[in-house]
Amino acid sequence: MRYEYDVLVIGAGPGGSMAARYAARKGLKVLMVEKRPDIGSPVRCGEGISKSWLPEVELEPQPIWVSNEVEGARIFPPDEKTFIKLSANKAGNEVGYIIERDKFDKYLAALAAREGADIWVKSPAISLIFEDKKVVGARIRRQGEVVDVFAKIIIGADGFESQVGRWAKINTMVKDRDIVSCIEYRMVGIDIDKNFTDFYLGSCAPGGYVWVFPKGKDEANVGIGVALNKLKRSGEVKKYLDDFIERHPGLKKGKTIEIITGAVSTCPVPQSIVTDNVMLVGDAARLIDPITGGGVANACISGRLAGEAAYEAIRSKNTSKEFLKEIYEKKVREKLERKHLRNWFAKEKLSVLSDETLNKLVDAISSVELTSISVKSLLDAVQKKYPELVKEFEDLI
Amino acid sequence: MKVDTSKCNYCGACVGSCPVNCIFLDETRIVIDENSCTKCGFCIRVCPMGAISAEWFK
Repeated sequence: MRYEYDVLVIGAGPGGSMAARYAARKGLKVLMVEKRPDIGSPVRCGEGISKSWLPEVELEPQPIWVSNEVEGARIFPPDEKTFIKLSANKAGNEVGYIIERDKFDKYLAALAAREGADIWVKSPAISLIFEDKKVVGARIRRQGEVVDVFAKIIIGADGFESQVGRWAKINTMVKDRDIVSCIEYRMVGIDIDKNFTDFYLGSCAPGGYVWVFPKGKDEANVGIGVALNKLKRSGEVKKYLDDFIERHPGLKKGKTIEIITGAVSTCPVPQSIVTDNVMLVGDAARLIDPITGGGVANACISGRLAGEAAYEAIRSKNTSKEFLKEIYEKKVREKLERKHLRNWFAKEKLSVLSDETLNKLVDAISSVELTSISVKSLLDAVQKKYPELVKEFEDLI
Repeated sequence: MKVDTSKCNYCGACVGSCPVNCIFLDETRIVIDENSCTKCGFCIRVCPMGAISAEWFK
């Protein structure tokens, strides 16, 4: 069988659904394919999102996918003697909701469908179709039947394990220092503060952190990310998480009702995220925040930009790499590149600090009343208490 | 190389980490193309479930 569309979106996560939604809204004929039978499931996410970006993609929080709203975040140093408390607005709205990702992803796919996009589930892309060395479609195994889908624009929204980018020869290879291996337990019957997302830094999670994201009064996602270059043995990241839980009686007494695994990239924006007729969005384009490891917001934002760029390209009858760079990639860079680079540097810096230094830093920062979170206000606080430490951070400014 | 299917969560962490793209996520399982594998060990170390092993990895 042979199908023809204006736009083929591969992957029905937040990036794919947003791309499909905005392309379909412009009147394009859109198909989104998803390899799994059930969009959004199994979940592969810590499920903490910030609020500030939701209006940019015309999203209103829905009771069906918001499981908890938090007041702020707490950052714990290795000795856990004190912590830095960030209220949601001081943290630049980096924290806000704990969501149900499976429900969230389905909700977004439904938005795309209501704009007119076709959706095929249990339909993995198995290869790209090339003509004159350019991508013109993909071969899809549609619920067992192999079919060819031709499209003017192909959007790769196939996540961290992206094949579309690699098949299309877009170099999005990630170094081991910029890959974080993650595992998370959804736990019930634990002692937590429902109003805060908690982050634990230091040797409990080298090159990453442990998170406790509350989903209810005694229920949370308890997870860990460790940088791949810090992992030496098989199964080590799970051991780090199990050791952390073992040391915390309030967590140890809980029961795990779900195990979630995955990996994220923590690199700067790659050299290129487009080629002729092809755009990558979200995790497939490595658009994950290098410090937080959060990918949902950037997936949605890049998805919208790609969907709208698809319309612009098809209307102008120009789907060349150069034009897609101009109307899509450039906009993504304007939006994200500076922040990503800054956060990548900060991540590199954080990952080499000793537990002792982290303890001092958090102690200094937590002892002053912060009116705003800026690099300067943080450094001033540290300067006051541990002047010798500031030298280590001068190059961050 | 061996993938222990009783441990594997099919999350794709190994697929995205492979520098030579020789690991694939089929609908139900992980497939490793040993002919193009360079034995870097990324997949073994990145796997959150410790599901991948190889004789040459110690």
